Amino acid sequence: MTFSDEVKYKTYTRRATIVAGGMMVLSSALVGRMYYLQVVSRDQYELLADENRISLRLLAPERGKILDRYGRPLALNRSDYRINLIPEQADDVRQTLNTLARYIPLTERDYSRILKAVKRQRSFLPVAVAENLDWETFANVNINIPDLPGIQPDVGTTRYYPEKENFAHLVGYVGSVSETDLGQGEDPLLELPGFKIGKNGIERELEHLLRGQAGNSRVEVNALGRVIRELSRQDSQPGTDIRLTIDRDIQNFAAGRLRDQSAAAVVMDIHNGDVLALASTPAFDPNDFNLGISQKKWNELVNDQRKPLINKPVTGQYPPGSTFKMIVALAALEDGVVREEEKIFCNGKYQLGNHTFHCWRRQGHGHMNLVDAIARSCDVYFFDVARRVGIEKIRRMALRFGLGERYGLTVPGEARGLIPSEGWKLATQGVRWQGGDTVNAGIGQGYVLATPLQLAVMTARLANGGRAVVPRLLSGAKDDILAPAEKLGVSPYHLKLVQKGMEDVMNDPRGTAFRSRIRDKNMMIAGKTGTSQVRRISKAERESGIRKNEEKPWIERDHAIFVGYGPLDHPRYAVSVLVEHGGGGASGAAPVARDILEFVMQQDRERKQELGKERRA
Amino acid sequence: MTILSPGHNRGSRPLFQKISEINWLIVLVVVMITGVGIALLYSVAGGSFDPWAKKQLIRFALGLGMMLVIALVDIRIWMFLAYPLYFLSLALLVIVEIKGHTGMGATRWLNLGFMNLQPSEFMKITLILALARYFHCLPPEDTGRYKSLIWPLLLIAMPAFFVVRQPDLGTTLLIAFGGIAVLFAAGMRMWLFVAGIITMIPAAFGAWSFLKPYQKERVLTFLDPERDPLGAGYHIIQSKIAFGSGGLYGKGYMQGTQSQLNFLPEKQTDFIFTVLAEEFGLVGGLTLLLLYLVLLGYAILVSMSVRSHFSRLLALGMAVTLFLYMFINIAMVMGLLPVVGVPLPLVSYGGSAMLTVLVGLGFVMCVAIHKNTMISRGGAFA
Repeated sequence: MTFSDEVKYKTYTRRATIVAGGMMVLSSALVGRMYYLQVVSRDQYELLADENRISLRLLAPERGKILDRYGRPLALNRSDYRINLIPEQADDVRQTLNTLARYIPLTERDYSRILKAVKRQRSFLPVAVAENLDWETFANVNINIPDLPGIQPDVGTTRYYPEKENFAHLVGYVGSVSETDLGQGEDPLLELPGFKIGKNGIERELEHLLRGQAGNSRVEVNALGRVIRELSRQDSQPGTDIRLTIDRDIQNFAAGRLRDQSAAAVVMDIHNGDVLALASTPAFDPNDFNLGISQKKWNELVNDQRKPLINKPVTGQYPPGSTFKMIVALAALEDGVVREEEKIFCNGKYQLGNHTFHCWRRQGHGHMNLVDAIARSCDVYFFDVARRVGIEKIRRMALRFGLGERYGLTVPGEARGLIPSEGWKLATQGVRWQGGDTVNAGIGQGYVLATPLQLAVMTARLANGGRAVVPRLLSGAKDDILAPAEKLGVSPYHLKLVQKGMEDVMNDPRGTAFRSRIRDKNMMIAGKTGTSQVRRISKAERESGIRKNEEKPWIERDHAIFVGYGPLDHPRYAVSVLVEHGGGGASGAAPVARDILEFVMQQDRERKQELGKERRA
Repeated sequence: MTILSPGHNRGSRPLFQKISEINWLIVLVVVMITGVGIALLYSVAGGSFDPWAKKQLIRFALGLGMMLVIALVDIRIWMFLAYPLYFLSLALLVIVEIKGHTGMGATRWLNLGFMNLQPSEFMKITLILALARYFHCLPPEDTGRYKSLIWPLLLIAMPAFFVVRQPDLGTTLLIAFGGIAVLFAAGMRMWLFVAGIITMIPAAFGAWSFLKPYQKERVLTFLDPERDPLGAGYHIIQSKIAFGSGGLYGKGYMQGTQSQLNFLPEKQTDFIFTVLAEEFGLVGGLTLLLLYLVLLGYAILVSMSVRSHFSRLLALGMAVTLFLYMFINIAMVMGLLPVVGVPLPLVSYGGSAMLTVLVGLGFVMCVAIHKNTMISRGGAFA
């Protein structure tokens, strides 16, 4: 080795040592960093890794069913047969669809919608091809699955209302969650795509019971969001089934009887308050709302002057007309301003100051006592009696019989009605109460307003011997041991007089609803007709001769009202029927109410006979 | 053999003798490192030899053969070929510049019909050969002179210029740092180095304006990965999560959630070390690091024990190249350096880097086998 080589060698050894040292230092930095990441901050990164891979999926609970009093379904969950397509499993999406079209009709629009979705979505996510298939078609596709690569049959659930429009208002319907719904609660279910909540009726009022509780499934997903496996699962808690007091058959009968008229009918058990029917017509098919109603159908509903979207028995407020006369009679009897046998002469007119009030019977009724006045619905009698007893006492009696009150019936939009007082008029209208106002109130006109439900409650309380029965829609478990409702403290004798009047309405040949009587001894009924004026009859009109209802345009015709109960020997059912613009109560409402009561009692009798047979067997 | 005659040597030895002088322990370490890589490629493919592990194995077999051939060729032939090979790779770089194959936004490959050649990988080796030869031939009295630095700096600058234009920041860094390391070991004055580093700082700022937007993005993302967690920062965030969640012993082979569920990007190439760290933890990472350090230690010891300057610089240059690959890659996946796209040699899927490192190790072995071969200062032509 030469000298210069020696120098080079020494220099080199020194430098190479420095290079090696540098490598060691840098490698130590790597080790330090590894230690920091994997030992010092391990927990933090472990958490982040789990956040990456674990995704929480909500499991929707099954919605509770809505049943009638005998457990027959009014709202249930139906299997919805669907066909999905998973693009990554199809060799050729178009080819698969062409094959599928042999079993399910597919339009050009379906094709373009599906192909668009296939392009947009990740290829392992299902694309909806067809929904709401019938079982036969669905089964057909299932059998042919080997020829349909990528096609995935799927069974979901949708809400189904088997009774369609007959229960539309009462049961309501479900719909998609809206922005405003989201603000109402923290339930994560609300944000689940496709989740439906109650939008009307029982579905809305008892949403908290029907909905149930979400379950969840922890799944491992990859970076694209594809589910790899399920890690753990907590099943959802199905919603509570709701059993109503409603009798499906009665409701169907009532709704069917009213059909296309703008009307309401309520049937109630006068002892325990069970509402057996709460019908409102015309209606709509709640199943349409489920799947999203078309604009055309919606417009039809909104523009129909018979107001199919309104739940008339609880929301509709009407002057009760002559059905209010029982209240006036009781108020007067209890106050002692009129006696049972006292007769008041009706010549068809009643004079108060310089204003004349007319009886519906222009030629007058002659001498009337209380029972006759109810039976023949003499207006003049009640003009006079109302004047004597005064609005305040009438008002108190009305309230005792359940008018002017909300019952909290778990249906939306329950109206309060209106039982006016002197103070009320001054406060709301700024005008003093007039004598004429009392006269009008005496025949249930003027300011008095009641809902058909309230009229049914009133009738029930009249029929059950003056007990404060309260209507109820939810069937309790302790039905039979329910204590009878509290007494209202009305003299039983006075009540008997009013009931006699109501009996005579139906069963006395001069009664206003004699034609609607039931002859069967065991099913005789009592009732009261009412006709409520939609508009005040002007003096000019009266002079030129009052037009009959049939001559007026529909919208100006009177509302027909009837309240009644039966059977007479041991009353059990109260009914109220209101037909908007149905003309007189005797012709427009009494026959309907009669048929409903007859149906109810007939059904009752059959049920008892069957029960008897079972006992004997 | 006239070419070789000027060297003072004992002439050629029989081939079997050379073979017996191959350090088979080091070959075993190389096989082990590659084995780790193949095991990881099998894991990230979801437990399959396709599409990566099988191909990698075939490439390794070819590369290993090449390594052994290079080791056995007389070192004087390599000295003779140093400049021609350097200029050949420079010419290839120019051809790439003119009509290269573009992939993933960069022009790095030459399509030769049967394979894609990446001349910049070739350059890493031939630059070191050329520099080693240059300093070997430099008269000792010229070592300290500045003018003797002009030629080696030019040798480094020319390829660096073409590679940075491709653009390939990672390879440019590897070429430049590898070359400078040889300069340093050859005895370039220390203060020049210090001065060089000081001038580098403003130069780095100047270079900023030449970077492509995505390169700037990488640097910014490196400085603050959270600034774009779904875009450019995603890689490094996911890689750190995989690392950290691996812990001391890892999640188990084929159990790495980050890599198996595809949260980790580029897991078969640049980020393969992360897969190791996730599935085998700190213990696994340190084991692989140790295997690399064995190779590096061997190369440096070889370079310190040989007699000719050419051999020393060649072995050291190769060691530095291997180290740079390994360091940049591992530091990058742990978030210590910006993501510059440097693979982990012998482990990452891909042929070019594996070939480069195996060829480099072949030269180290060649140096070891010919440690007593004398090479004249005048070089083969003198």
